Amino acid sequence: MNGSLNANHLLFLGQGALWTVGLSLIALIGGGAVGFLVALCRVSGVRAVRVASSAYVQLIQGTPLLVIMFLTFFGLPPLGFSVSPLAAAGASLTIYVGAYLGEIWRGAIQSVPRPQWEAAEGLALSRTQRMAKVILPQAVRIATPPTVGFMVQIVKNTSLASVVGFVELARAGQIINNSLFEPFLIYAIVAVVYFALCFPLSRLSQRLERRGARGRTTLMPA
Amino acid sequence: MLNQATGTPPDPVVTLRDVHKSFGPLKVLEGVSFEVPRGTVTAIIGRSGSGKSTALRCIDRFETIDRGEIRVCGHRVDAPGLDLRRLRQDVGIVFQSYNLFPHLTIEQNITLAPTAVKGMPRAEARALAAEVLAQVGLGDKLQAYPEQLSGGQQQRAAIARSLAMRPKVMLFDEVTSALDPELTGEVLKVIEVLAASGMTMVMVTHEMGFARGIADEVVFMHRGRVHERGPAAMLEAPTTPELRQFVGSGL
Repeated sequence: MNGSLNANHLLFLGQGALWTVGLSLIALIGGGAVGFLVALCRVSGVRAVRVASSAYVQLIQGTPLLVIMFLTFFGLPPLGFSVSPLAAAGASLTIYVGAYLGEIWRGAIQSVPRPQWEAAEGLALSRTQRMAKVILPQAVRIATPPTVGFMVQIVKNTSLASVVGFVELARAGQIINNSLFEPFLIYAIVAVVYFALCFPLSRLSQRLERRGARGRTTLMPA
Repeated sequence: MLNQATGTPPDPVVTLRDVHKSFGPLKVLEGVSFEVPRGTVTAIIGRSGSGKSTALRCIDRFETIDRGEIRVCGHRVDAPGLDLRRLRQDVGIVFQSYNLFPHLTIEQNITLAPTAVKGMPRAEARALAAEVLAQVGLGDKLQAYPEQLSGGQQQRAAIARSLAMRPKVMLFDEVTSALDPELTGEVLKVIEVLAASGMTMVMVTHEMGFARGIADEVVFMHRGRVHERGPAAMLEAPTTPELRQFVGSGL
């Protein structure tokens, strides 16, 4: 029952950490794809599309990720869809991250100065061409620091996947603690690993922001 | 090209007839009419808030009008079925704030529209970029980014970018207002050369001396109306007190 922390425990935690990274990547890629679509829909010329995408964002931002996890993992099977913990966690994070990234990126698209749109329009570029060649390349620059910053949130939020039985870092820590009863030690290790994953991201975000602040002055005076 | 059924003479490139435009409760244009014959330069002058920039922007449909009629190169600009992209291939517009695309080199700024809109082959577009840049005296700046150029150079590059679309009429919206006086001259010179080449142009400007020197016709706007209109010489002998006061304060 008891015993002390050994290499096997650490290996198990390492495995959990890998799943945390994996789940973060799934959330980033899936949420990024959804978020990109949401951002485009939010600035669409069609009112119904704007309203629908805005409703999606409002709905998800007003719902705890934990509840979305419960809904997909426990709510869907009775309706006839069986969902693995990985699928439930991945889908929930995708839905959740998509709403937030969509909002961040909408802001970035809209903060490209209005005259840039007009200059592109004046040159007879189509709406798609304006977006692809003029607006998005500039929006990407603006969006990069907050997007990297949000990745920190993604990494930490993957810990909620433990509630659907997915063994990532937090859940791995719980499992080990159940056998060792060394909560302070084990959760401290877990915390340090999370920090080691997140700290480089937030530093990167800060650096990008400083660099962006210098580059921003090159955007035109309005 | 022009709709002969309406009997419009083919001569004016731009025609505004009784154009009205409000922003909410604010009436900006209250019955503006003028026309711009082919190969001529029209300068629109007037105080801030007189509606001159709005009138210019209506020509390229950056503002939609409430009432009246605008014809540009055979397009009915006020018609709901207007093909905006066709209109904007015929009309070049240059803005006060240059609005070069900061993420592209000067060459890419210029080749973007010809390749994307007209499907021009890349090599041809690059030759065209070199040509129009030489025309504005920036032949050596092809690979520069906008931020590396002075304001005057950026504005000249913006003019070159418009010229690369081979427009039938060029609109200039206070293109020197954001520039230091010493940089204004180099931009005005480019516009002068363009006028001499026979380009049809409409410009909103605060440079009275320049308007007098270059314009075939001056349109003085006051409170949303064309208050006085005539050859540039009318600036020397204004007949209405409003224009006299405006010219007096401007010089």
